[in-house]
Order: sequence, then structure tokens, then C-alpha cells
Amino acid sequence: MATPWGGLPRLGASLSLSCLALAVLLLVRTAAAAKNSEDVRCKCICPPYKDIPGHIYNRNISQKDCDCLHVVELMSVREPDIEAYCLRCECKYEERSSVTIKVTIIIYLSILGLLLLYMVYLTLVEPILKRRLFGHSQLIQSDDDVGDHQPFANAHDVLARSRSRANVLNKVEYAQQRWKLQVQEQRKSVFDRHVVLS
Amino acid sequence: WSRAGAMSGSGNLMDFLDEPFPDVGTYEDFHTIDWLREKSRDTDRHRKITSRSKESVWEFIKGLLDAWSGWVVMLLIGLLAGTLAGVIDLAVDWMTDLKEGICLSAFWYSHEQCCWTSSETTFEDRDKCPLWQKWSELLVNRSEGASAYILNYLLYVLWALLFAFLAVSLVRVFAPYACGSGIPELETFLNANLENTFLSFFFFPPSHFFLLLPSSSLLPFSSISSLLLSFSSVSVFFLSSYSSSSSTSSSFSFSVLSAAAAAGVSVAFGAPIGGVLFSLEEVSYYFPLKTLWRSFFAALVAAFTLRSINPFGNSRLVLFYVEYHTPWYMAELFPFILLGVFGGLWGTLFIRCNIAWCRRRTTRLGKYPVLEVIVVTAITAIVAYPNPYTRQSTSELISELFNDCGALESSQLCDYINDPNMTRPVDDIPDRPAGRGVYTAIWQLALALVFKIVITIFTFGMKIPSGLFIPSMAVGAMAGRMVGIGVEQLAYHHHDWIIFRNWCRPGADCVTPGLYAMVGAAACLGGVTRMTVSLVVIMFELTGGLEYIVPLMAAAVTSKWVADAFGKEGIYEAHIHLNGYPFLDVKDEFTHRTLATDVMRPRRGEPPLSVLTQDSMTVEDVETLIKETDYNGFPVVVSRDSERLIGFAQRRELILAIKNARQRQEGIVSNSIMYFTEDPPELPANSPQPLKLRRVLNLSPFTVTDHTPMETVVDIFRKLGLRQCLVTRSGRLLGIITKKDVLRHMAQMANQDPESIMFN
Repeated sequence: MATPWGGLPRLGASLSLSCLALAVLLLVRTAAAAKNSEDVRCKCICPPYKDIPGHIYNRNISQKDCDCLHVVELMSVREPDIEAYCLRCECKYEERSSVTIKVTIIIYLSILGLLLLYMVYLTLVEPILKRRLFGHSQLIQSDDDVGDHQPFANAHDVLARSRSRANVLNKVEYAQQRWKLQVQEQRKSVFDRHVVLS
Repeated sequence: WSRAGAMSGSGNLMDFLDEPFPDVGTYEDFHTIDWLREKSRDTDRHRKITSRSKESVWEFIKGLLDAWSGWVVMLLIGLLAGTLAGVIDLAVDWMTDLKEGICLSAFWYSHEQCCWTSSETTFEDRDKCPLWQKWSELLVNRSEGASAYILNYLLYVLWALLFAFLAVSLVRVFAPYACGSGIPELETFLNANLENTFLSFFFFPPSHFFLLLPSSSLLPFSSISSLLLSFSSVSVFFLSSYSSSSSTSSSFSFSVLSAAAAAGVSVAFGAPIGGVLFSLEEVSYYFPLKTLWRSFFAALVAAFTLRSINPFGNSRLVLFYVEYHTPWYMAELFPFILLGVFGGLWGTLFIRCNIAWCRRRTTRLGKYPVLEVIVVTAITAIVAYPNPYTRQSTSELISELFNDCGALESSQLCDYINDPNMTRPVDDIPDRPAGRGVYTAIWQLALALVFKIVITIFTFGMKIPSGLFIPSMAVGAMAGRMVGIGVEQLAYHHHDWIIFRNWCRPGADCVTPGLYAMVGAAACLGGVTRMTVSLVVIMFELTGGLEYIVPLMAAAVTSKWVADAFGKEGIYEAHIHLNGYPFLDVKDEFTHRTLATDVMRPRRGEPPLSVLTQDSMTVEDVETLIKETDYNGFPVVVSRDSERLIGFAQRRELILAIKNARQRQEGIVSNSIMYFTEDPPELPANSPQPLKLRRVLNLSPFTVTDHTPMETVVDIFRKLGLRQCLVTRSGRLLGIITKKDVLRHMAQMANQDPESIMFN
């Protein structure tokens, strides 16, 4: 049974995924351990009451102290009105982990950037390199490749050439070519013939 | 997935790169899984391991590991699901806000996070803080006025286009199958093994990195289906990498996929039980109890992981988790049922229009998939910006619509006329008359509703990962909220009407428009997907309101009835039929009176069945037969004269066995006789060594007689998960029925064009 696995992307993907998973999990632990003081707050929202305007209060205070009396500045409120005013205020205790957010976004952007770079390399840089290495005569344009000017058409050639030497680099190259052919087939079937299965 | 003989390709780094690969670039057809065979193979393997485990401690440990390997895989799936959901939530939040502005202190914060610590927020302008600046403020230093608006508008559209373009080009270069919601493909995969080509979509894990882009680009996509698929893909990916080849049976990988689907819904909606039920109802085909238990475990682990990552900062799991407990009244069932009818009608409308549009897409417009995505994004962004309800991300919209208006909400939707002397506590505000803001909000919502309906029809099915859950819920929530506000105002202004008099006194909190939004969302989602139990469970796990089960059930049932009155298929089944996948639906009923003879092959006028004989064919004959035909297997009969059936041999196994024999066994040449019996046949003295192939023969193929009604045959195929079935009469082999033949026949009976079903 043939499994058209692209060896190289699969490896890279597994490594990146494991790294990502580990990183995020580790960060959860470190973030929980060393809680940034900025990451905890008690937010009280008080609507307008009589002549006191509405206000929002943010204070960095522990959960048991998160109520109107500790957070809201009651200087401008008259004594008899305090209770009524405080009844209408809603106080919520919130926490977040800024480290998690930062690490996640940065890791995501870097992986996205890597993928974009790889895509640019595949579509633009590689045909230029291949053309220089193998010469114009080697490029085979397959017949049904009408609108698809991808460089993968000469993959068979590359395959034949690289089979002769059996070291890791050539194996990687071989796997990459195989993957590219596979993706090209998929692309043809999805984008050109509009069928998902071949 | 059926690993035959020596083909095991996992574990070793060099093995990945070294796999022998007959035809680069061409693909085998999909093959249906032979469940019976898989099951018996699995029990064989199990028996072998348990018997060996008594031999030594090491074997015992290996046996234990094998038993636990399933659970370990589930644990990994759950962990990954939770992690991925956390990453996706954070990244989508950030990218959605990136379209409007950026946080100056730390660019990785979304709007809400940026203003989290600021103390300059005022009661009137709760969203503004000096650290977060819109693009117009950053670029031209102005935040109000026409030029600022135009600049913001332009940048919004440009960012949306950039995201969409990145998404479609990444999909095109890396994973062309990662288009659509993938649930139809997942369902078909779990129904019929669609091997190689198809799984390569799933097996490109980085695809989930750019699944975020479409949702952030404001196209009405939900990341939920994407979540499901990325989990499935990642889980099966890990499965193939880390399990040894012998334990990767197809049924196990299917249970892994079902569990992954359950874990996906669990983290997407914060509904572990709903996720398991969703997997059971929508996705799975063969669902033994063991899978149920394992899926539950995976969903649990996923929910736990997500909670520990805590992306929303409040220990909630989902963006729109609401928690109010205001009661509802029996008289409100009438608007709830109306919302159910609306949901059913929306489902029908959506399915018909979307299928019609997708048909047109495959014929004419499909030539320019990238252009189509760009154009649709441009139109969406341009039309969406002016209306604040379409400008924000759909999840935020749903969250706002589900929320009840306390005294503290500042959105336009909550612009009720407050009584300034009122001293009621925050969550028991009585019904109030609507202020001007509410009326504005209503007509903006109406426009947004129409827009969302239209745009979802056109975008579902485009060549980027897209989903359907969130857009349907948004449509329903908008409709529900409008109905809710209408009922609330009616109750307030006419509290002396007979319908309101009994339960709604002035000064009491009677009507909760947020609840109507929830019911509407459930109705619309049910109308489109035709889910029943799983939908209700998801909705009440989402909201935490056990007292709202009855309205949700009423709406779900009504919407399903109304939608079923117009068409039997949900959106996923409709897409399966559109794409011609070979899906044997468990829910369909076969009520025609055909017999097995009518469906079996060969028909009259066709060449006779290709069979193998028990002991009179040479290796060369068999090889020629295999080369000339492309059947998946061949029946083995006693001889050509007496066509009594002995068994069934699979093509792949024959090929492998012959190849092995030629390489390894002595004296096997093309003229060697191939025999399937226990003892070799009588041969003349000089003949070459005969080849015994009894081990590749399945001695218990499934047979029916020629007069078996097709109803029974279809039932057998469904319930046992057969791939093919032989037809005999008085013991003599007449023909064969394969699953594809059954599907073709069903399509023919249902007047669908049988040629549109995809197989050769």
C-alpha cells in the first residue's frame, strides 16, 4: 500500500507542533507560578446615580477584597448614598496571563513567517535555481499542465538523478520532490478539475 | 490503512524518506474498509499479545503498553486539542483587532487586552484607551472626521484582503485539500475508507496555522470546523508516527478520528458531552461503545487543557458563555416555535442556494478560485464596515446578542430608558421601554441579518477552510434578538393584554431577549445541519442554563421538522452528494423491491466474473489477470466447470504474496501452479515448485443468494460495514456486489445520476 507521505514536511511539522505544544504547556506552568502583578485586576463598573457620573475603576487587588468598598473611590459620594450606589456597582475579579499571550502570538507569527518564506522559495526562487543548475533543456513541460507554471514538472528528472547517491541530503530532496508532486496533483484536482478525490 | 505483509512505514527517520513508492503522483482509488476483516485481525493480534505476555516480564509490559496505547493516544489528542484551541482563540482575537488598530505598548495584545490595565477608560467610552490606537490615529493623527473614517475603512479592507490572500495562497501551495469545512470529507472518510489522497489533507498539520487567516479576515467562517479538522489531522498524524504498525488498524484510527472530532467540538463550544454526541450523531459511522468512552475521555482532557491555558482570562472556555437564570414562561413557547420555523426555513433556503451556487462554481466560476476568494473578501469587507454589527467578529456579535442587558452594558442594544431612581440590584432589572439606541440597533441588525444570509451562501465551499457553525448561529441570534426585543416591548407597552396579563406584571422582569437569541441560534444551526440531541446539549452546555432545555428542544425539533418537510438532507449530506462521495448513509431508507440479481455484477452482456481457481492456475495467469483488471479482489472457486465458491482473495495481498514468493522462495517461476488448498495438487514430475497461497485466502466471504431482496443487502452492508458481498445460487458463484454497486443502485433508484458518483 502506498502512502504518499511527504517525509520532510511531516518531520518538520511534527517537530514544530511538539515544540509549540510543549512551549505553551510549559508557559502555562511558569505563568501560573510567577504571576505578574499586572495580570490581576478587580474591575468595578458603577452606573450614574443621581448626580454622580458613571465610572469604571480598575485596581490590582486580591479576590477577597474585590468589592465596592475596597475598590471604588467613595470620596465623592455622600454618606447615605453609599449603600445605594454600591448596590448598583458590579465588581468582577479577572486574571489573565500576559506571558501566554505574548509567547503564543510570537510563535504563531514566526511559524506563519516560515511558511510564507518557504512558499516564496518554492514558487519563486527554486525554479530560478533549477533552471540554472539543469539548464533549459531539462525542463519538461507536461501536457496537461496548461495554466500551472510550476517547477515541479521536472521532478522526475531530479528524482532519477538523486537516486544514485544515498545520503541524507539526497533523501531529503527526494522526499521533498515526492511531496511536491503530490501537492501538484492535489492542486490540479482541486483547483482545475474541482473534485476533491482523484 | 490495512497494512498487509511487509509494508510498515513508521518509526524510523530514514524509513520516512525511504518508502518504496510505486507511482509518484498517481493515486489509487479509495477503498472501502472491510470492517469484518479488520475486526478479526484486531482480535487475532490481541490474542497473540495476551498469550505472549505470559512468557516473560518484558512481553507482559509490552502487552500492557499495547492495551494502554489507545488511552495514551486519546490523552495526546485531548492535550493537543486544548492547546490548539487556546492558540487559535488568542491568535484570532489578535488578528481580528489588527484590522482596526494596534496596541502601542505591546503589539501582541488585542484591543481588550491592551486596555486591560489602563485606568483611563471612562464609563461612556468603555472601549477607548490611549494605548490602543486606530490606524487613522497612528497614521494621520486624527481620530474623528471624514478622513479618519475613510482611512480606517480603507485599511480595514486592505487587511482583510491581505489575510484572505495569504490564506488562499498558502492553501494552494501546501494543502489544496484544506478547503471547505471538511466535515463532509470527514464523514465520508469515516464511512468508507478513503485512503491515500484524501488523508494527505488531514496529514498536513501546519494547515491549521493558516486556518486562522480566513476567520480573521471577516469572511463568515467559523474556526470550529477548522479546529475539528486540525485536531483530527494532528491526532492521526501522531497516531501514524508513534504507534507501531501492527496496532494501527483502520478501526482504531477511525475511533481516533471520532474522538478528535469530539475533542474539537468540546473546546470550540466548551461542551464536552455535546462534542461526544456530535461525533456520534454527525460524524461517525461505526461507533462501538469503546469509542464512546474514549471520545469522552479525549473531550474531557481537551476541556481541561484549555481551561489551564485560560485564553479568555476568566476561566471560561468559550467566548459566549452566558450565565443568567431568569425564568421563561409557557406563553413564550409560541415565539420560540416561530423561531424554530424560521430556523427550518433558513436551513432549507441556505442548503438549496448554496448547492446551486456550488454547482455553478464547479462549472464556470471555478476557473479562478484565488480571484473568487479575493473578490468575495473585498465585497464582504466593503459592505461590512459601515454596519457596526457586521464590522465586529462574528463571535463577538453572538456574545453581545446572547448577553442580557444589565445596568452596565453600554452597547446600543442596551440603550433602554432607565429609571434614575430605581434601586433594584443589577440582575433583576424590570422590563423597560426601548430607547432610541435600541431602535437603531434593530434596523442595523435587520440589515446585518440579510447581509449575513447572503454572504454565507456565497462563501461556504470556497477554496479555503471555512465553516458553518458560527455563521448559522449568528443569523439565528440576530433574528432571535429582534423577536425578543419585540416581545419585550409588546409586553411592556401592552401589559394588560390577555396573553401577558397572567405572567407579566409591570415592574417585573418578564422577557429576556438574550434567551430568544440563544433559541434562534439553536434553531438556525439545527435547520442547517439537522442535528438534534447534540445541538441541544451543546447549547445548554454553552449557556449553563438547564432551565432552558425545553425552549431549545422545542426550537430544534420545530426547525428539523420544517426543514425536513422541504428536503431530507442536511448541509453536509448535501455536499457529500454534490461532490459524489461514496457515502452510505445510515439514515436513508431503502424501500424498493429490487433483488440481489438486479444489482450484482456481471450483468447480462458483460464479460464473466474474473475468478481464480483452486489449483489450476499458474503464477503467470494470475499476474496477467491482476494486470488486466483493477478489481480489489477475486473470488476463488473449485474449478471453472463447477463454480463452487471457496473463498475470496484480496488484490493487494495477492500481489505482495506473489512478489515475496518470487524473491524469497526457491523454484517459483511463471509456470508454477498456484494453489489455495491445504495440500499441493497432483503434478507431473518435472513441473516447477507449486506456490501455496492459502494464507491470503479469506475462507469466510460474505454471501447472499440471488433472491435476497436489496433491502436486506443494503442493511447488511450498512450494519456490518462490508466492502463486497458474493452472490450464489445453490452454492454456485453467480456474481459479486460491491459497496460501490450498492451506492450506484441507490442513486439510480433515487433518480440521481449514477455516473456522478465518484469511482471508476
